[in-house]
Parts: sequence; C-alpha cells; structure tokens
Amino acid sequence: MNRIRHWPMIRILTLLAMLLPALVACSKSETVNIYSARQESLIKPLLDRFTSETGIEVNLVTGAGDALLARLSSEGRNSPADLLLTSDAGNLYRAQEAGVLQPAISAELEAAVPEHLRSPEGYWYGLSLRARVIVYARDRVNPDQLSSYQALAEPQWEGRICVRSSANIYNQSLVAGMLASEGVEATDQWLQGFVGNFARPPQGGDRDQIKAVAAGQCDVALVNSYYLGAMLQSPEPEERAAATRVELFWPNQEGRGTHVNISGAGVTQAAKHPEQARRLIEFLLREESQRWYAESNNEYPVRPGVAPSELLLSWGSFKADMINVSELGRLNAAAVMAMDRANWK
Amino acid sequence: MEVGTPAFTYPEPSPWPARLWRTGILLGTLLIAIPVLVVVASLLAGYSPAWQHLLSTVISDYVFNSIVLMLGVGLGTFSLGVSAAWLTAMCEFPGRRFFSWALLLPMAMPAYIMAYTYTGMLDYAGPVQTLLRDTFGWGFGDYWFPEIRSLGGAICMLSLVLYPYVYLLVRVAFLEQSTAVLEASRNLGKTPWQTLFLVGLPLARPAIAAGVSLALMETLADYGTVAYFGVSTFTTGIFRTWYGLGELQTAAQLAAFLLLFVFTLLILERRSRQRLRFHKTAVRDFPTRISLRGWRAALGFSVALMILLAGFLFPAAQLAVWGAANYLQIFDVRFLQLVSNSFMLAALASFCCLLLALLFGYGKRLYPGPAETAAVRVAGMGYAVPGTVIAVGVLIPFAWFDNTVDSLLRETLGISSGLLLSGTLIALVFAYVVRFLAVSLQTVESGLARIRPGIDESARSLGHSPLSILRRIHLPMLRGSVLTALLLVFVDVLKELPTTLILRPFNFNTLAVRAHELASDERLADAALPALAIVLIGLLPVILMSRSMPGPQESA
Amino acid sequence: MNSQLELQQVSIKYGEFTAVDAVTLTLEKGQIGCLLGPSGCGKTTLLRAIAGFEPITAGSIALRGTVISTPRRQLPPEQRKVGMVFQDFALFPHLDVRRNVGFGLSQLPPGKRRQRVEEMLDLVALAPYAGAFPHELSGGQQQRVALARALAPNPEILLLDEPFSSLDSELRTQLATEVRDLLKQNGVTAILVTHDQNEAFAMADQVSLLNHGRVAQSDTPYNLYHNPGNEFVAEFIGDGNMITVTVNAAGEMSDGLGVLDQGHPRWRAGEPMRLLVRPDDVIHDDSSDLQLRVVGKAFRGAHNLYDLLLPDGQHVPCLTPSHVDVALGSHLPVRFHLQHVVVFSANQG
Repeated sequence: MNRIRHWPMIRILTLLAMLLPALVACSKSETVNIYSARQESLIKPLLDRFTSETGIEVNLVTGAGDALLARLSSEGRNSPADLLLTSDAGNLYRAQEAGVLQPAISAELEAAVPEHLRSPEGYWYGLSLRARVIVYARDRVNPDQLSSYQALAEPQWEGRICVRSSANIYNQSLVAGMLASEGVEATDQWLQGFVGNFARPPQGGDRDQIKAVAAGQCDVALVNSYYLGAMLQSPEPEERAAATRVELFWPNQEGRGTHVNISGAGVTQAAKHPEQARRLIEFLLREESQRWYAESNNEYPVRPGVAPSELLLSWGSFKADMINVSELGRLNAAAVMAMDRANWK
Repeated sequence: MEVGTPAFTYPEPSPWPARLWRTGILLGTLLIAIPVLVVVASLLAGYSPAWQHLLSTVISDYVFNSIVLMLGVGLGTFSLGVSAAWLTAMCEFPGRRFFSWALLLPMAMPAYIMAYTYTGMLDYAGPVQTLLRDTFGWGFGDYWFPEIRSLGGAICMLSLVLYPYVYLLVRVAFLEQSTAVLEASRNLGKTPWQTLFLVGLPLARPAIAAGVSLALMETLADYGTVAYFGVSTFTTGIFRTWYGLGELQTAAQLAAFLLLFVFTLLILERRSRQRLRFHKTAVRDFPTRISLRGWRAALGFSVALMILLAGFLFPAAQLAVWGAANYLQIFDVRFLQLVSNSFMLAALASFCCLLLALLFGYGKRLYPGPAETAAVRVAGMGYAVPGTVIAVGVLIPFAWFDNTVDSLLRETLGISSGLLLSGTLIALVFAYVVRFLAVSLQTVESGLARIRPGIDESARSLGHSPLSILRRIHLPMLRGSVLTALLLVFVDVLKELPTTLILRPFNFNTLAVRAHELASDERLADAALPALAIVLIGLLPVILMSRSMPGPQESA
Repeated sequence: MNSQLELQQVSIKYGEFTAVDAVTLTLEKGQIGCLLGPSGCGKTTLLRAIAGFEPITAGSIALRGTVISTPRRQLPPEQRKVGMVFQDFALFPHLDVRRNVGFGLSQLPPGKRRQRVEEMLDLVALAPYAGAFPHELSGGQQQRVALARALAPNPEILLLDEPFSSLDSELRTQLATEVRDLLKQNGVTAILVTHDQNEAFAMADQVSLLNHGRVAQSDTPYNLYHNPGNEFVAEFIGDGNMITVTVNAAGEMSDGLGVLDQGHPRWRAGEPMRLLVRPDDVIHDDSSDLQLRVVGKAFRGAHNLYDLLLPDGQHVPCLTPSHVDVALGSHLPVRFHLQHVVVFSANQG
C-alpha cells in the first residue's frame, strides 16, 4: 500500500525536476534554430563544424517535411525557427506558397547555386542533388534496350519492373517532372503502360527494389542513385553482394535529362536570426561542405565545380533535367492524382 | 453499546464533492478532447475538389484494405492473446511462469521495425528464400512463398505486436474469474475447451473487447508498417492526401471520418452488452489450473514458444545480427542521452495517463451521467488517430493560445511572450496523454468494472469519502490494472514516433526518433541498435510487472 | 445390488496435510446424505473429490458400481454425471435463466432441450423468469436456478455445497424443506455439505459428521442427536454440555443427576464418567429441592435458555418456557430427566 501511495509522487517530482533544464533552452543571441526534414546524421556534423567556426549555436528539430511546415505555419510570427531545411523541393515550394519563408539574397548564394536549383525570388536554395535512375540486372538486361523513363512503358518490359509505392515523394516528383515536360495526356498514357509492366505490387523502399533486381524478381527498377551507393558501401555483405549484381543507367540522356530533385533550405518569415541563418546556408554551400554533403550520402553537390565522390565519378557524368525544381513542387498534387488514376498503389 | 448518545452527528449533506468531481471530469475531458475536436471540426470546413478525386479513384481501396486489416488484426490479436492468456492463466505446463511474462515482450517492438526484420528474413531476396532457391535450384516464379509485404503480411506483423494488449487484459480477467463458475461448467458436462468458449471467454468479454479495441485503434493509426508493405489503408490515404496532394484540410477530414467510424464501433460494442454484468464473482480461493501432461504439455509449451518466437525472438535476433556489426559506433554518451530522454518521457506520460484515467474512470463510476460517460469516451478517442494528425491537433490550439497571449501582451504591455507552450515538453506530454489516455482508461475501467458496486457502498457506509475509497480499496484491488496501465502507456510512448517528431523541443531526441531516422533511410543495420534499446527498456517494466502480476500464485 | 455412491477409504492429502482421512461412506439410491462438520473438517474437499475437482490420494469412489476416482485414474468432472449446486450458486452471469438451465443439455436435440428446460423451470417455479439474467433475481430465486441447472441433465447424484449459506436464515429452513421435498419427489440421490446441523437435519436421511478429515459418526439425524458415538459428536450436535460424574454401585450418579442403568456398557462403579446433558434434560420444576444458581440466560422467544451452576462448579444448560423468568444470580429449581443417558468413560478423548 505505502509503496503505491508514495512512489509515483516522488517519481513525478524527480522527473519534473529533470524536465527543467530541457525547458530552458535556446535563448542565446548567436543562434540558428532549424526545422529540418533532412535527418540528423546527414546534417549534424556540418552544423557542428559551423558552430566551431563561427561560434553560432545551432538548435535542431528533425521531422517529416509537411509536419514541420504545419508546425511552422501554426506557430506563426512567434515561431522560433530561423531556417527550414527540407529533403525535397516540393516542401520548399509549399513553404514559400504558405508565406512562411522570406527571401535571402546574396551574391555568394547566387553564385553557388545554379538557377534551376533555387527559387527564382531567393526564398530557398538547393543544397544537394539526387538523381532518380534506372538500375538493371547485369546478367539479364542489355543496356542498349534502355533509353528513357518513357521507354519503360513499352510492352517488352511487361512483368519486369520493380518500383516502390506512389506514396513516396521520389516517385511523385518524378511524375511531376514528367508532367512539366510532357503534359498531362502523355503522362497519363505513359503511366498506363508503366504501371502495367510492374513485376509485383509496389512495396518496400529503394534498397528493396535493388535487392529484388539482384535476386531475379524483376529486371529493372527505378531508384535514387545514392541508395545504390549506400548499398555498395554497406557493412552487410549481402547488401554489397546484391548491389554488385546490378548496374546503373542514366535515363533520358538523349532528351531532357535525368530527373533530379534537391534537398534545400530557406530562411523563415518569423526568423529572429535571419542573418545567421543566411550565413549557415552560405556555409553549407561552401566547397568543403558540399564535398562532405555529397560524400556522406552519395548525393551530388549543387555547387558547380565541386567534384563528387569517387564512387559517383565511377558512374560517369550525366545530363540532368534543367527544369526549375520549384515546378516539381507546383505539380506534385497533379502527379499524385495522375498516379491514382493509373492505379499505381 | 449505549443507546442514546449518538456515536456521530450527521453533517449537512454538501453538494460540492459531487460538483467538483463532475466539473473536474467535464473540464479534464474537454481539455484532452481538444485535439480530437480540432480534427473533427475540420468536417465543418469546406470540402476541396480533392474529395472528388479521392472518391472517384482511391477511397474504396483505402476503406476495403482498412476493413480487411481490422478484421484480420482483430482475429489475430484475439486468437493469439486469448490462447496465450488461457495457457498461462488456466493451465499448468513446464515453463508457464516464464511465458506468463515473456509473452508480453512483443509489445516492446515497434510494428514497423518488426516489419523490417521480417522482410529482411522472408523477402524474396532474404536468406530464407535464397536458401530455398539454392537448395532446390529454383528460380523466380518456380515456387510459391507467402509474400510478406502484403495485406496478409501487415495483418501478421500488427497481430504479433499488438496481441499483448489482449493477452494482458484477458489474463487478468481469467485469473479473477470465479473458479466455481468454471467448475459448474465442467460439472454440467463440458470439457475444459468447451468451458473456455462457453464460459471463460464470454465472462472475459469486457477485457477482450477492451484489448481488441485497443489493438484495432492502434492498427488504424499505424502508418509505418502498411506504408512499408505498400498496403494503402485509410491512414496511408490521410498522409498521401496531406503530403502528396498538399491538402492538410482534406487529410484532417479523412481523419475525422476515421474517428467517427471508431466511435460508432465502440458505442455499438458497449450497447451490445449493456444488460450484462461482469463483476468479479468471487475471489479465487485456490488456483485450479488444468494440469497439462504428456503431449498436451508439449503442445501448450510449443504454442507459447511459437508465439514468443514469432513475436519476439526472431525479430530480436535479426536486430541483434544487424546491430552486432556496428554497436561500437553508436553506443556513446549521446546514445545514453537518448535512453534517458526516452525513459523519462515514457515514465512521465504513463503517470499522467494513469492519474487522468483514475480520475475519469472512477468519476464515471461515481457519477455515471450521460454527459460524463460521453465526455470520457471522447477523451479516449485520440488513440485511433494517426500520431501526426493528433500532433497537428495539438499544435494548432497550443500555438493559438501562445500567439493570443503574445498579442495581448504586445498590445497592452508592449512585451512579447513568444511561444509559452508550443515546442516544449509540456506540449509533447500533453499530446501523449491525448493519444494514449485510451490505453490506461480502458485498462483502469475494465479493472473497475470487475469490482462490485457493493464494495463501494459498504465502504461509504463505513464513513469513507470517495477519494478515500479510491485510495484504500480500489487502488489496492486495482493494483494489477494500475500496473498494466502504466506498463502499456510506458511502452507505447517508448515506441511513439510521429507525435514526438513534430512536437519535440530543439535538440531533443528519443530512441524511437533515432531508430526511425535510420530506418527511413533504409539503414536497417544502424537502426537495429536503437530499436533493440527500445525493446530492452520496454523489458524493464515488463519484468517489474511480472513480479507483481495479479494471480493467486504470483502474488506471493 | 450396488449402492448409488460408494466411498472406500478415501484420503486426500496436500503434502503433509491430510484433508480427508480414510473416509468410507455409502449412499443408496434416492437417499439424501449429508456431510456435516465445522469449517476445515474436509467436507467440502470430499464433495469436490466426488465431483472430480479434487484428486484423491488413497481409496476409491464409485458411482452406481463404476469406479470414478482412484489415486491413479480420475474420470474428468464432465464425464461423471454428477450434478452440483455451488456455494455462491456460480450462475453464468452472461446467460439468462433459460440458458443457464439448458447449459448442461447440449447433447439433447433442441426440441427436447427446450422441453426439459421448461420442465425444470416449472419444477422450481421460475417459468416467469426464464428470460431474466442472474443479477436480476433474488437470492432464493438464484438458488432455485442453480438447483434446476444441476438437475436438468438428470445426474446420478446431486452435490449441494453449502447451498443455503448465502441466504437469510428465515429463507434457509424453508428452502431446505422445499428442496428436500423436491428431491424426494423426484427420487434424486443427493449429498449436502453444511456446517449447519438444522439444515442437515431438515434435509438428510443420513448424516456423516466429519472431524479433522475423519468420519466421527455416520447415522440418522435422530441417532446422531440421541446416541452420539463419541464426545465430539455429542458436543457438536445440539446444545449440551459434557460434565464429569461418578456413579455409585447402585447406578446413581453424583449431583443427583439420576440413575444409570447397570446394563449400560460403559457402567463402571466408582469411576468418573463423562455425561452429556442436553437443555431438555434439565426441567424446571418448582417442587424440586434442587436449586441451581443462574449464571447465564438467553431469551429465545418462546424459551429461555439458562446456564446453571452445579454445586461442584460444572455447568449445565436448561431450557424453560419463556415465562419462567429468573434473574441472573438467583436460583432455579430443577430436576433432571435424562431420557437418553449418554456417557463416555472419562479417559476417552
């Protein structure tokens, strides 16, 4: 009895006492507060370096892009966030539309980021680049058969394609890119053929598609290139083995180029430290940062002239779709609807 | 005793305790219900053209898959949970005491992590199928193997993770069942198995209903598993609408319909047993477990072992294999910080939930008015809503409150208070309470339901106030339920992800956040250690509870 | 011809503790037996062994000549054809009266089952309550449901475990007689377990008094009362005091208690003996010279029960009509009239 009566009270008081230090956070003047959809391990080391170089403290919350956007919007002008960092152009576009970003303009930023990888008005800037590529089974597919995303709708691929669910932003963005360049009708038609060629119902992540190709469940798959890179460097021998059984192919090299999307950042409308936030973006765009960015996650740097990692170099250079990535955000909803119509699960 | 000198004087009956209780319940539930109401209120807003699209394309798919998923998980958790409870509560076989707590372990496993581990093992490219192919020289399409990433697979994963809810509650109900009633059934010519189905189960119905409805609510709220398996459910639809179409409003409306659906189901269930009474019929004076001998003992042991293997040992072993490769990189001071953050949040939230559940559950028992009952029902609805949606339901009112206070201060005093509650642990713990109150409420209520009202009455006639009865009679009698409620919420918060992600303060991480970030990047090997840590911390209260689990033998 | 129930040297042990010790009992068809005794005497354990809920460690139990329990082999309860009425009735709270009564009839076709349930409900006069749930019934009604439920499958024997203990005392005696009549009319063989001798006497043809797991005496109620086999029985049954007396050569007992017939097997001149004195053996008589001091008094409506002090300091009870009203401390003139002289030698346990 006594135990039941007193134990919780003592416990709760202790816990409340533990809470206090956490509550009293972030009130220094030289800080940047970040809402980040890019996960911690892929950004934190750079942020630490930024702090040690500039003395500016960085506070971080990570989460799903749209959820962070909802938080930012509802907090309004009192939001503590200075910088919104996302792993997708769509979120940045939506944030700009929702009016929670403010332009940050400097010559340095404009020089570092090619025009199609940033908001025309300077609301946000791309930080790294990822490409959605075709991987194919080395032993069953002749790369001469491959050409473009469009060609995957041809009957020769029936029952040979693996791809993840249309709920995933990578696929949505791919289709948005298709809509931007080909229009609704052609995209709908393409989706009909493409979805009809699936070897199995869409499932799993990008690595699972690569594994399925390696295991022989399908012959080609659409994945982000960095997943192949990660698998080649995986601590797990099975993953490495699977990755070596497939080959990467750059689609649409004859036409508009391979579909790319960005991770990027923008200064918030409510920012209390806009200056520091801009400096952080600039820092992330510096050459060493860009190199780290690209190497840690096998992505491509946005900054022209920064060489990607050796592994990436081994895949050769490629021609990327030059459409402004904000178009991808604008057309994302239309892309989802098109995929719904085509019954891409 | 002398007659004529009154032993005590009668005070004027004062109405305030009743008013206090009732007001407390109504205000408390209202506060807890705000996020849910925010979600439901979205129904009043306009309906965007996206609805047209949803209705004409995907919604029938969402509804169909969700219903099949619910039926499957309902059946799965019911059969796993009840057989586990029956075996450990009513039978005697080698290893029973071990299994009686070990069978709780799957609860500590986040469902999506379980999904990853099973996919790793059973996928086409996984070791099992690869071994089969290598052994028999098969190729793709030469043989049939159950597809793990499917609706059926999702049903299996969720059933394995969620059956402990049923197990825990039903086990207590079995242990508290009157032996005489079960013996009466045997005496009337029914075998032990017939007795289970004809008497044991019907009598455990409130507990079964509570356990299964918790499991189903959690099923409806699940996003990670079904998304990974490519099964489009109502919940994936909510997120698709929000993230893909950018329609937060429409997504909230979908969530509101989900809520109304669950609410209706719960009400129907309660209606259907309105006339029945399930009070604890008698204290079990001596445990009469059915002694399993020979092949029956072997069968009982194997069933328990198989549930444990499938629900815990296999996935945990897979995690251990993944985690073994790189444990040194991850296990550092920051990892300890994650552990302590997770533990602290889980402990705090489970105590808050328990206190409120006692207040509401007990208040409803004292003053069972229709308003109170409805209010308590609504307050428990947060469990059926996907965490991210609830989080938005918490964000909006908190931010509104903060901004209103701030504006007021700016206008009157010229100072800014900024955000007072948004982005603090208070908001986070509040959201946990909103989300998990149902768990402790169901547990406490089904415990209270088994205590005869006569006990309250006799205690009150002995001059005890309701609070004193709660403390001196109900709490000791509810000990099992109270511990269960604490444990369930603790483990739930430990695993909780989406709410934590969106509402947490700066630089605040938990094990679940870390596991998810790594897993979502498909770095399963790295995600394994935080996931294992969640399981290990979840073990602590499970073991703690196993030592004080209710039951004639264990209570010694 | 086999007996309906036959217990041979039945023992039940829990480790070192012996709950039932070598009990031998038989019950003929249509008889109502009773296991009577103080709490903890093993009577409920023995009943549960007959029902099959308790394994026995020695001996055997046979029902109509078929052995149903030995230490090696126990027929499961559901195969014994033994009906049982439980102490708290153990009605199924989730089933209405009709389905409670029909619970043991699942082997009957539905039509016959319905008929049998109606029959049983008529038997216990509960037909109007067929659709009620147990918690909606009074205690007496619940008891009758339990009885109907146990009798419905036509058991070879009916076991009643303290069936009246949760009812108020008024109802108890009334129901006991009712139940006996009902069982007798239907020729049911039954065993009642109780600690209440009034219940035992009202119901049973044969009462077995148990003490520490052993049968102290098994007999008709009349014999148990008037010819108890040992001091335990004598004191447990009825009101009465055991006192020590000596008998002279003429058979006269000390304290003027009367004469012990020389033919009595226990007669030993000059030796102290234990004598049972029942309240109705001590009669108020104003003409008597024997005046005993009143040290206790209990008003029982029609009677007064006095506790009287013998000159040698021993106590005897005395039952008088209630108008014989004497204050504590004063003296009451009485005479002894021992209709059945029950004596045991003083050195006997």
